[in-house]
Amino acid sequence: MSYDVLIAGGGNAALCAAICAARGGARVLVAEAAPMAMRGGNTRHTRNCRIAHDEGNGILTGPYPVDEYLDDLMRVTKGNTDAELAELTLQRSTEVWDFLEAQGVRFQPSLGGTLSLGRTNAFFLGGGRSMLNALYRMAEDLGVECRYETRVADIEIEDGFFLGATLEAGWETDTPRRETVTARTFVAAAGGFESNIDWLKEGWGEAAENFLIRGTPYNTGGVLRLMLDAGADKVGDVDQFHSVAIDGRAPKFDGGIVTRLDCVPFGIVVNQNGERFYDEGEDFWPKRYAIWGRLVAAQPDQVGHVIIDAKSADLFMPSAFPPEMDDTLEGLAGKIGIDANTFIKTVERFNAACLPGEFDHTTHDTCRTEGLEPPKTHWARPIADPPFRAYTLRPGITFTYMGLRVNRDARVLFDGAPSPNIFATGEIMAGNILGQGYLGGLGMTIGTVFGRIAGTEAARSLTNDRSSP
Amino acid sequence: MSRVDLPSLATAAQDEVARQMTICNACRYCEGLCAVFPAMELRRVFEGSDADYLANLCHNCGACYYDCQYAPPHEFAINVPQAMADLREESYARFAWPGALAPLFARNGMWIAGLSVLSVAGFILGFALWSDPGALTASGDFYAVMPHNAMVALFAPIFLFSLLAMALGLRNFWRAADGGNRVPVTLPALWQAARDAGRMRYLDGGGMGCMSQSSRPDKHRRLFHQLTMYGFLLCFASTSSGTIMHYLLDWPAPYGFWTPPKLLGVPGGLGLVIGAAGLIWYDLRRDPATRPRDRTGMGPAFTWTLLGLGATGLALYGLRQTPAMGLLLALHLGCVFAFFVTMPYGKFVHGLYRFAALTRHAHEQTAGHQTIAAAPVEGWSRP
Repeated sequence: MSYDVLIAGGGNAALCAAICAARGGARVLVAEAAPMAMRGGNTRHTRNCRIAHDEGNGILTGPYPVDEYLDDLMRVTKGNTDAELAELTLQRSTEVWDFLEAQGVRFQPSLGGTLSLGRTNAFFLGGGRSMLNALYRMAEDLGVECRYETRVADIEIEDGFFLGATLEAGWETDTPRRETVTARTFVAAAGGFESNIDWLKEGWGEAAENFLIRGTPYNTGGVLRLMLDAGADKVGDVDQFHSVAIDGRAPKFDGGIVTRLDCVPFGIVVNQNGERFYDEGEDFWPKRYAIWGRLVAAQPDQVGHVIIDAKSADLFMPSAFPPEMDDTLEGLAGKIGIDANTFIKTVERFNAACLPGEFDHTTHDTCRTEGLEPPKTHWARPIADPPFRAYTLRPGITFTYMGLRVNRDARVLFDGAPSPNIFATGEIMAGNILGQGYLGGLGMTIGTVFGRIAGTEAARSLTNDRSSP
Repeated sequence: MSRVDLPSLATAAQDEVARQMTICNACRYCEGLCAVFPAMELRRVFEGSDADYLANLCHNCGACYYDCQYAPPHEFAINVPQAMADLREESYARFAWPGALAPLFARNGMWIAGLSVLSVAGFILGFALWSDPGALTASGDFYAVMPHNAMVALFAPIFLFSLLAMALGLRNFWRAADGGNRVPVTLPALWQAARDAGRMRYLDGGGMGCMSQSSRPDKHRRLFHQLTMYGFLLCFASTSSGTIMHYLLDWPAPYGFWTPPKLLGVPGGLGLVIGAAGLIWYDLRRDPATRPRDRTGMGPAFTWTLLGLGATGLALYGLRQTPAMGLLLALHLGCVFAFFVTMPYGKFVHGLYRFAALTRHAHEQTAGHQTIAAAPVEGWSRP
């Protein structure tokens, strides 16, 4: 079979590329490694995208100008970003809303005024999978061929020029079927490699065995590996990923949003030795959320336990799994499998160090410890009211940074030179812009912006037509 | 404080709804789709009564199933429409009065409805054949087949009993959903519920339409449901107007086309036939994933009875002057009887419980929200 555009991957970035390429007149094939029910990569687990805008509307309050967005990006990446591509992304994020809405994606309106509006992020009505469904409907209506359970098993590239690919259908079954496909352009939109534990071990050693992967199990980095092996330029390093501390009972893969635990600021966190290791009250939990993934990853067995008491039990978002509970600290230690003596001493030392203060979980309050190492600088209240509760934390990997270097046309670079017919979008190239840190909703924005560019450029590269599609 | 008391979860269906709602409550991606999710967000645990309330708030539009990142084959196996449908079907029987009758209907709805139609129709035919066989085919005079007083004697008791049974069932439902805190019935809440029910606001997947057949939404099911509901209400108004004319105005049937019973009844019957047939057709094509697992109960029986009611009523109107009149009248009255007798024990009560749930929801949403620590953070604006 011969196509104009072959797209590896089936998430938001891939579908935006497919839609734009099809609108540009191209015959498009999407090869999605996951089965239909699990299609869409990590987009399935997302909820919103971050959009620069000059004034508010029914869904976003405003304004969120590009300059402020850029400041936010510089702050979280600490300058580890390609300034040209970052600015391009944020500039074009202003079009994301209209583009997605035109594809049938719907956003969450204010519900009778009871829910607060976001200023920076637009929420998809029904979440990321609802958004994906809309994109797939549109792609199908435009004649895009979508194959599920089909992965790109091999890519033929000559000096940065794409010649064709080998697709493997039913690759998870006992009877995979291989087929050689020729296409005139190729879009790599197959995500990162966070679900490839062996690859993670190259950066993290055996500790990677204890990581939980928050997103899709299908981001195994196969296409990224093929591209790097073919000589594509790399951004980022193998040991760089974004991680958060999540519920230790989460599934190995695909746990998504419900594995989040928001209780850290309300208690203390001890490791498997029953000892504290970081200031739990450093800042509001969502702001510190991401650092705890690495903190826990550095502890023995990659485990931490949040300990709270009855007075804090309902102060945070409900969690998917119930905590371990006991009326005594000793009993609780037994249930979570840590040494009771050390644990009780840790709690007693903490309790004794808590100064009297005014507890307020909405501000950096005056409840803090004195003479304790590490300190708890806010929201420190003695753990004294039974029943006591413990939630176990493990590092949850959300995405990897290492990827393909691209230029502003979304063309993949080979030794610094843009490929004539290979493009990349989504997590596989997000590291160009998001070199470290994270801004909520930026991943969707990068994928949409570069997906549009990749699809449009792929279609345009096939003709002399220089008008915009 | 949390009220976790798992043993109090009475049934497996409630247990499954509670399990799913616990996960949904930690996710909340669906909060804009319908009333179920904002109602869920006011709770942290889901006891049996909470599950019943939420289940009867669910309109089974299917959107949250196709939107769910945790839908099967994900190991969390979240399928809210099906879990809610299973619990609803079960809850009708649990709240029914008198309780002893409910299990009978829960499993044999189709048979009971069908046998009621046939036995009452047979009874009426036999009655007419025994007293005056000629009346069946002759005059277009219903009361020649069965005298008005005989009709009243047959239907009034069963209708009044059904009304009583439904009122007591509704009371059971409302009280159980209280969960210890008496929820007041306020006028604003009733008005809001009436508007939500009248427009079937939550049968639209948050605006796109139902997704009962696939992830491609459409508005057909809502349209069929509207035709059915308003068709039924028109038919009911038609019958009521006839009753008023007969007893208060001394104006017995038959009625001409420009009288209220016909002006209300003909469009009502058409709505009932098109709507019910549409719902049946639509239900056959429904994605099995969002159907209730046990489909032996009163759901399909109810829709078929409504279809029979409308079809025989219209046929009777059109063919009143023909020899088929007697047979059609017997069948129509059989349908009416079956409808009355199954009303408190079948799908009909979904309207009552849903209205009650909508009323409760309207009240809850204005009564304020719990506070969850909402730290100020960019890009994560909602608690």
